[in-house]
Amino acid sequence: MKVLVAVKRVVDYKVQIRVKSDNSGVETQNVKMSVNPPDENAIEEAVKLKEQGLANEIVSVSIGDDKSQDVLRTSMAMGIDRSILVKSQNTLEPLAVAKTLKIIIDKEKPDLVLMGKQAIDDDSNQTGQILSALLNWPQGCFISNLKIENNKVFISREIDEGIENLETSLPAVLTCDLRLNTPRFASLPNIMKAKKKPLETIDIDTLGIDTSSKIKTLKVIEPPKRKAGIMVNDVKELVQKLKYEAKVI
Amino acid sequence: MSVLVVAEHDNKNLKSSTLNTISAAEKLSEDIHLLILGNKIEDLAKSSKSIQLVKKVIICDHEKLENQIPELSSPIISNLAENYSHILAPSSTFGKNLLPRVSAQLDVTQISDIIGIESQDTFIRPIYAGNAISYVQTDQKINLMTVRPTSFEKCEEVGGDATLENITFLDSEVKTTFVSREVSKSDRPELGNARVVVSGGRGLENSDNFKLLYDLADKLNAAVGASRAAVDSGYIGNEYQVGQTGKMVAPELYIAVGISGAIQHLAGMKESKVIVAINKDLEAPIFNIADYGLSSDLFQAIPEIIKELDLLNQIES
Repeated sequence: MKVLVAVKRVVDYKVQIRVKSDNSGVETQNVKMSVNPPDENAIEEAVKLKEQGLANEIVSVSIGDDKSQDVLRTSMAMGIDRSILVKSQNTLEPLAVAKTLKIIIDKEKPDLVLMGKQAIDDDSNQTGQILSALLNWPQGCFISNLKIENNKVFISREIDEGIENLETSLPAVLTCDLRLNTPRFASLPNIMKAKKKPLETIDIDTLGIDTSSKIKTLKVIEPPKRKAGIMVNDVKELVQKLKYEAKVI
Repeated sequence: MSVLVVAEHDNKNLKSSTLNTISAAEKLSEDIHLLILGNKIEDLAKSSKSIQLVKKVIICDHEKLENQIPELSSPIISNLAENYSHILAPSSTFGKNLLPRVSAQLDVTQISDIIGIESQDTFIRPIYAGNAISYVQTDQKINLMTVRPTSFEKCEEVGGDATLENITFLDSEVKTTFVSREVSKSDRPELGNARVVVSGGRGLENSDNFKLLYDLADKLNAAVGASRAAVDSGYIGNEYQVGQTGKMVAPELYIAVGISGAIQHLAGMKESKVIVAINKDLEAPIFNIADYGLSSDLFQAIPEIIKELDLLNQIES
């Protein structure tokens, strides 16, 4: 089985983001960037499948500028065999990302595609679902458990009401929840080894797809700030305030 | 033009997220159609006809639609799309799972998780877990959007008299089969929908101590929530998680107990009307956004609150 993992480079989840002063977007210059957290779960799952002998080749792909090589190197340090960077100067919307991935998939012919359930920058939560529809492959979103046996795929999905269990088959597109696994840390020797693993670069303009933006960002603003309230001295005061001041109990 | 709302339901009742989404649709059109895809939904269709803002209820009733497999339901939506200027679904796991497929089938870009509607083509949505707010505009032939339920009021369920239309089921070959759903049973209100939410964090120290929170929640007729730290520590199930990777809530009263206030948790609850924080660490970031902060040991404070609430009830009765 061959597994393809899609990875996005995003502002590190620990960074307190800043809105640009001209309200054109969020500051991403001189900010720590990392692998999108649920994409790390996707990488980890692919590496586990290889360790279990279920996958024989695991490949990661990212779309972005040259700097996105970082996250691909990280994925290879975690155990991915080789990487593909689709070079694009522009930020792509999920539909364009999925179309780009489809072309890579048509060429690479993986049996399973894994990615995070959503990117923590634009929070769209769309790409896996769109890709599944474009490929006409089964879709499994927000998965927190995966078992593959003789081409059969058993997944547990995190849904609002609890957990949903589905059975499907390969090839499939699965999007990963943070609860799927605990991504490993890349060891120093593996980071060194990853520098020698193959990283292929493809220019997005050679793929012949429309990747233009369909949605225009008019402005990006800071969310309204909550005013800090007051500290109460004891439980009695708290309950009185809730009853007679806030009138919520 | 008309607006189509895709209903989230359990084949018996509409989920409240559907009512919030209908309210969002009202800002776009007076001609709102509600699409219900499910199995044995005659009663549901009948009761939905009385929703005041809905002009037409469209149903597709088929046993294969019982479990909302998106590969089956998305082509039915795409098939209806040409009649509409906007198609809306709640941005619950139901809507997130479903609507992007329609985006693929119609070749339009979806706008996810809108929290405001400026005009027919301009929408407001949070990015970076709500740490920035983006105003976006589109001139696509049709606008597909998921709607954050807590950002719109629930619409009235009575007073309307919508027409009913049955559409035939359009079968697609699907390789996925439903196995089971593990739904946590609770007599308490639904987390996404409760007037009061009592949430616990790592400060609770173990799952047994969550019983304290359940007692408090029952006194206040509240839903119980939890921080990701508490969920990851195994104190409580993931379906209780409030935050960027869990549920978004906006109750009238949110009581955060033993929760430090990580960015990702705040993203899920800071729209609450009144926030109470109880934490023994005075430096906890949760106090920066709380309306009322109490720096105290929660194991003393919670039983005391329950006692005070009992006292209040006695005075009133």
